[in-house]
Amino acid sequence: MPHCRLRLPLANAARTARQIAVVLTILCAGRYGGAQDTPLLSGGVGFFTSTNGGNTTYQPIIEPLLAAPIGQHLLIESRAALLETYAPRSNGLPGYDHTFFGAVTYLQGDAILTPHVTLVAGSFLIPFGTYNERLSPIWISNFQDGPLISSLGIMSTGTGVGGMLRGSAISRQKYSIDYAAYFSTRSGNEQFNSERSSGGRASLYLPEQRLEIGFSYDRLLQDTHENFYGAHVWWEPKDTAFRLRSEFARGHHAQGYWIEADYRTQAFGGLDSFIGRFEPVFRMQQTFRRDTIVSDGLPLVNTQRADFGLDYNLPHNTRIITSYARQFSSTGDRNVWETGIVYRFLFPAWKGKSQ
Amino acid sequence: MSVKYLLSGFVVLAATCGFSKAAPQPKAQPTSATQTATHSSGKQTTASQGSVHPDDGQRVFEQNCSRCHTTPDGFSPRITGTVLRHMRVRASLSQHDEQELLRFMNGGG
Repeated sequence: MPHCRLRLPLANAARTARQIAVVLTILCAGRYGGAQDTPLLSGGVGFFTSTNGGNTTYQPIIEPLLAAPIGQHLLIESRAALLETYAPRSNGLPGYDHTFFGAVTYLQGDAILTPHVTLVAGSFLIPFGTYNERLSPIWISNFQDGPLISSLGIMSTGTGVGGMLRGSAISRQKYSIDYAAYFSTRSGNEQFNSERSSGGRASLYLPEQRLEIGFSYDRLLQDTHENFYGAHVWWEPKDTAFRLRSEFARGHHAQGYWIEADYRTQAFGGLDSFIGRFEPVFRMQQTFRRDTIVSDGLPLVNTQRADFGLDYNLPHNTRIITSYARQFSSTGDRNVWETGIVYRFLFPAWKGKSQ
Repeated sequence: MSVKYLLSGFVVLAATCGFSKAAPQPKAQPTSATQTATHSSGKQTTASQGSVHPDDGQRVFEQNCSRCHTTPDGFSPRITGTVLRHMRVRASLSQHDEQELLRFMNGGG
């Protein structure tokens, strides 16, 4: 299942969306003419199926994203998730039950203060590791399921409410360093729930080697204070269509890692050929419990899992995602079959003339 | 975990590494991003005209954008600046990188 926060009743989500739209329309109206900073609507529309332990669920989903620049240094951006899940009825009853969920994933304002510093305020994705910020959108991820450790370090909801400083600290031909540091307050707001926490991430990127190494740390600052540590290594060899991504995370009660590789061949007419559009994917992951206090979303026992995926990149921003996973744990091994199709859209928020 | 699953996974990894080394990259040309289809750091196809030497914007594009996602098949030039500002924040691009990318996407390479 795609990673998203599902906590808004539909009526509240709709009201929030209307309020956001009105505010943005007022702020942006009349500003954009023929410029290149027209507000945009992007996102993904998908339909997923998952067969887990013999039960098949169906899930249509839409994840819209809005980005609206204001002036030369401000940007308002937001992403939401709306989905319906059809699952077999329990207790052996025939038929399916369905539930609707809608949530604003994040809503933030970005102020570009200097060439190296951007201030982010509002409800933002917590910058821990790489999955939450980079790979969780359905039009980006190679698998339907997030990694088993994706809940570590993101403070339950995946979002913080407060402020963040981020940017490119150094950018040279041979290396670059970027950073993000945030503070989140505790928020019981139904729409923007968060926990009091603080932390950040720093990454070193070596362009010649196409290698990125990063470290994350954050600390829960409410109830039982807990530390979370993370590290990631990404590598894309130059002149290839091969990507290797990996991440490790350690929490107070559990830890784990994932390694993912994907590849598209260019040997049979390039990436846009029939063969070149195939994308085999492999992901290996393990989780380890450090104690039996379960508060982090990881499996209750040590778990290993291997995912074998085969995606197909259709023209017009459409992608078929399929995978088979075998999960091993002391509570029982199981198979997970997943298929889905995702269409990515990206267009101006309103009509206008191009320059 | 069963050893055979581990082994088969690493065989896949090794095979993909081997293939990737065996598949040389055609030389890319500077292009408008709306005409570009990219999967990873090296591959672009284009119909635009220009110098055959990759410019700074293309380098930034290859090293940053395609690390996470494929390029959309096409989008309106009216939102190019918005896309870049969004990605400047999300990908922690420097101001210089953003400007080079804008020039590159506008076909100014």
